Amino acid sequence: MENNALLSLRGIYKSFPGVKALQDVDFTLRKGEIHALMGENGAGKSTLIKVLTGVYTKDEGEIRLDGNDVVIRSPEDAQHAGISTVYQEITLCPNLSVAENMYIGRSDDVLQNWKKMNEGAGRMLESLDIPAKPTQQLGSCSIAVQQMVAIARAVDMDCKVLILDEPTSSLDDQEVQKLFKLMRDLKGRGVGIIFVTHFLDQVYEVCDRITVLRDGRFVGEYEIKDLPRVQLVSKMLGKELDDLSDIKSDVAASAIDEGETPVFEAEGLASTEGIKPFDFNIHKGEVNGFTGLLGSGRSECVRAIFGADRVISGSVKKNGKPIKIHKPIDAMKNGIGYLPEDRKVDGIVGDLSVRENIILALQVMKGFFKPFSKAEANAFADEYIKALNIKTASADTPIKSLSGGNQQKCILARWLLTHPDYLILDEPTRGIDVGTKVDIQKLVLKLASEGMSITFISSETDEMLRTCSRLIVMRDRRVVGELKGDDLTQNKIMNTIAGGEEE
Amino acid sequence: MSRILKNQIFIPIAALLLLLLFNLIADPTFFKIAMGVNSDGNPVLSGPIITIINNGSELAILAIGMTLVTAASGGQDISVGAAIAIAGSTMLRVLCGTNTRPDTLRTPVFVAFIVGCLVAMAFGAFNGLLVSIFKIQPMVATLILYTAGRSIAAWINNNELPIISDPKFAYYGGFIPGIPVPTPFFIAMACVVIIFLVLKFTNLGLYTQAVGINESSSRLNGINPVFIKWLTFVILGVCVAVAALIKVSRLSSINYSVIAKDIEMDAILAVALGGNALSGGKFNMAASIIGAFVIQTLTTTLFKYNVPSDALPAYKAVVVILLVVISAPTFRESMTKLMSRLKSGKKKEVANV
Repeated sequence: MENNALLSLRGIYKSFPGVKALQDVDFTLRKGEIHALMGENGAGKSTLIKVLTGVYTKDEGEIRLDGNDVVIRSPEDAQHAGISTVYQEITLCPNLSVAENMYIGRSDDVLQNWKKMNEGAGRMLESLDIPAKPTQQLGSCSIAVQQMVAIARAVDMDCKVLILDEPTSSLDDQEVQKLFKLMRDLKGRGVGIIFVTHFLDQVYEVCDRITVLRDGRFVGEYEIKDLPRVQLVSKMLGKELDDLSDIKSDVAASAIDEGETPVFEAEGLASTEGIKPFDFNIHKGEVNGFTGLLGSGRSECVRAIFGADRVISGSVKKNGKPIKIHKPIDAMKNGIGYLPEDRKVDGIVGDLSVRENIILALQVMKGFFKPFSKAEANAFADEYIKALNIKTASADTPIKSLSGGNQQKCILARWLLTHPDYLILDEPTRGIDVGTKVDIQKLVLKLASEGMSITFISSETDEMLRTCSRLIVMRDRRVVGELKGDDLTQNKIMNTIAGGEEE
Repeated sequence: MSRILKNQIFIPIAALLLLLLFNLIADPTFFKIAMGVNSDGNPVLSGPIITIINNGSELAILAIGMTLVTAASGGQDISVGAAIAIAGSTMLRVLCGTNTRPDTLRTPVFVAFIVGCLVAMAFGAFNGLLVSIFKIQPMVATLILYTAGRSIAAWINNNELPIISDPKFAYYGGFIPGIPVPTPFFIAMACVVIIFLVLKFTNLGLYTQAVGINESSSRLNGINPVFIKWLTFVILGVCVAVAALIKVSRLSSINYSVIAKDIEMDAILAVALGGNALSGGKFNMAASIIGAFVIQTLTTTLFKYNVPSDALPAYKAVVVILLVVISAPTFRESMTKLMSRLKSGKKKEVANV
C-alpha cells in the first residue's frame, strides 16, 4: 500500500434486501488530491459515500484513515474522524447567519461568544476567499456561496477528507469556477477531496485521479492523464462505445413531408405562466425541440401545449381538426404525452410501486370505473421493464427506491404505454448517467422512425443537435427563431439565443 | 416471517390478539357469549365480544371514510362527531316533523336516512371545498364544523329532544326480532363489503393514493386532485350518515352535546393504529377497520375492569401511546436493526467457538 494514502477503503461490501450495492470495493485517497468517483446511476457511488460518512454501516471491509483502522457508525463518528460531506442540497439553515451556520452544533459551551465566533468565521471566509460576511443571513447568499460556506465549515473543523457530492449541478459556469478555485486551494492545504459528479468536463478540469465503479464493483483507479474521455465512458458503461455522436446515423432520417397536415398545430398559444403567444407545429415522425437558456420559457411552452398550465389564448389543431385542451386529460385523450422536467416533483409518485407508476396514465385514460386487473397491470409493467431495461428488484418495488435513470425510464414507460402520436419530453436526460442518456436518445430516434412525433427539450445543446431535425429558439419567454437543416450548428444556436444578427 | 412482520396489517392484528390474550389470562369469561332475552322478548346474544362488535360498528364505518380523507388530503376531519349530531338530528326531524313525541312516524325510516345522508354529504362537501379548493389544512377547515356542528344540530329541532316510540326504529341500533346478532354489526359489515367492492372495481384507491403522495404529478397524469380530495370528504359524509342512523336508533332520541362525542379522535386513532401515515399517501383499508375494533376492544376491556368512564381516556391514552409507538416506522426500523444485530452477534459467537 502506498505510504501517502490518507484514506483507504479495502474490500467494502454492503447489501440491501435483494440488491448487492457494493461488492469488494477498494478506494484510495491521497493527501492533497482531488479524486473523482465516477459511475452510472446505481453503480454504488452514493452507497460508498454513505458508508464512508456513517449513514450506512458496511457489511464487510476495512476503512483506514492515516494508517489507522477507524470504525464509522454514524455521521458524528465520521465528523470526529475528520471526514466531512457537502451535499448537492444545502443542509445548512438558511435563516441563520453565515457564522452561526459555520459553528452550529460544534460548541460544548453553554454561552456563545458571538464576537469570537464572528471573528473566527470572518478569518476563515477571508482565508478561503469566500465572498460572504459572517453576519449575513445565509439564505441571502447565492447557492454557490452557501455551498462554499458549507465547505468552510468543514475546513474549520479540520477535516482531512472532504466529500463533495454533486456540488455543481445547480451552479452556473462562473460559480463552478469559483468552487474549483476553492477546491484547488484546499488541495494545496493537503485536504483530500472526493468529487462526485456527472459532468465529465469538470472531472477533467479539476481532478487528479478517477476511480470508476460499475454495478457495485470496483473497476479501476486511473491517473487523469492516462484515461481519455471516451475510455472513461466505456469503463463506466462496461462496453466499448461506438462514438456517442454517431447515434443519429443508426436510424435512417425519415423524410418528413412538409406539405402534409401537421400532427399537432398551435396558433397564438399563451398560458398564465407569462409566455408570449407562439405558433408551433410538428409533423408525423418529426423530432423537434425548444432550446434557450434556463428560464427562457421552453418548459412553459410545452406545458401550455399539454394543458399543464392554464391556457389563456390561442387555438390548437390535432391532425387538422380543432381541439380544446384545458387540462392534461384533454391532451392525453388526444394522443399527447408529456414527460415533465422535474422528475421528483411532477413525474414519479414516490410511494407507489413501479407497476402502478407505469400504468398510471393509461389507467386514468381508461377511466375511473375500469381498473386494470392485476394480471393486465403486471403484463404491462413486465413488458416495459424488459423493453426499457429498467433495473428494479420487482414491479412491486416503490419507485422512489430506484436510481434516477431508472425512475426516468419508468415515467417514459408510462407514456409509451399510452401509445401517443405526439410525445413531449422535457429534459428526459437531466441528472441521469451517460449510458441511460444514450439509450433514451436512441429510443427517441427509433420512435420517430416508427412515426411518432416528438418534442425534445434538453439543456445540453449537443444532445439536441443529435436528436432534433428542427429547433425552436427561445429568449425571454418569446420564440425568437427556428433553425433546421444546415443551420443546426452550435454557433448558430448560440447566436440566435444571444440575439446576434441573423446572417 | 419477516414478511409477515413487515406487512402493515400485522400491527393492528397483533394489538388485537394481545388485548384478547390479556383478557383470556385475566378473566376467560370475557369470551363467554350468553343467549338471553331482551325487554321486547327477542332472543339476543350478550357478552363482551358482542359488545365490541356492536359498539365498534360506528367506529369501523367512520374509519373507512377517515382513511380515504387521510390518504388523499394528508389531514384529518375532526368534525365527524358534530356531523353525526347534525345528520342524526335531521333524521329525527324528518321522522317526527314538529311533534317531538309522535305516535307514528311521518315518513319511512329509509326516506329519513336519505335526507340525513344528503345533509351529511353536503357538510362533507363543504369541508371538502375548503380543503381542496381553498387549500386550508384539513384540521383547521373542519374545526369550523367541529365548533358549530352541535349548535346546528340543536337548531334543526328547535333545541327540543324528539323521542321516537316506534320500536321498529330501534332495530338499526339494536336487534331485529329473531336475529340474535346486533344489527349495527351487519350494517358495518355491509359498509366494509361495499368499500372493498368499490376499491376493487374502481380506481378510487389508486387515485387517492396518487393524489396524497404527489398531487402535482397526479394532475399531469390526468387525475383531478381537487375533485378526488373533495370526493373523499363526501364519502366520509356518507359514512357519517350511516353512523348517525345507528347512533340515534340506539337511543331512539338524541342528545346534541353528547352524541358521538370524541368519536373523531377514535376514528383518527383507528387509521393511525392501522399503520397508515397520517400525512397521507398509501393506505391499507383493512388495517384501519381492524384498528377501529382494536380501540373498541380496549374500551370494552377497560369498562369490564370497572374503570370509571371519567378515567377511561387516561387509561386509553397509555395503551394508545404504546400501540402508536410500536407501529411508528422509526421504531420498527430500529427494532429490525436490533434483531439483525442480535442475529449476527450469535453467528459471530458460533464462529469464535
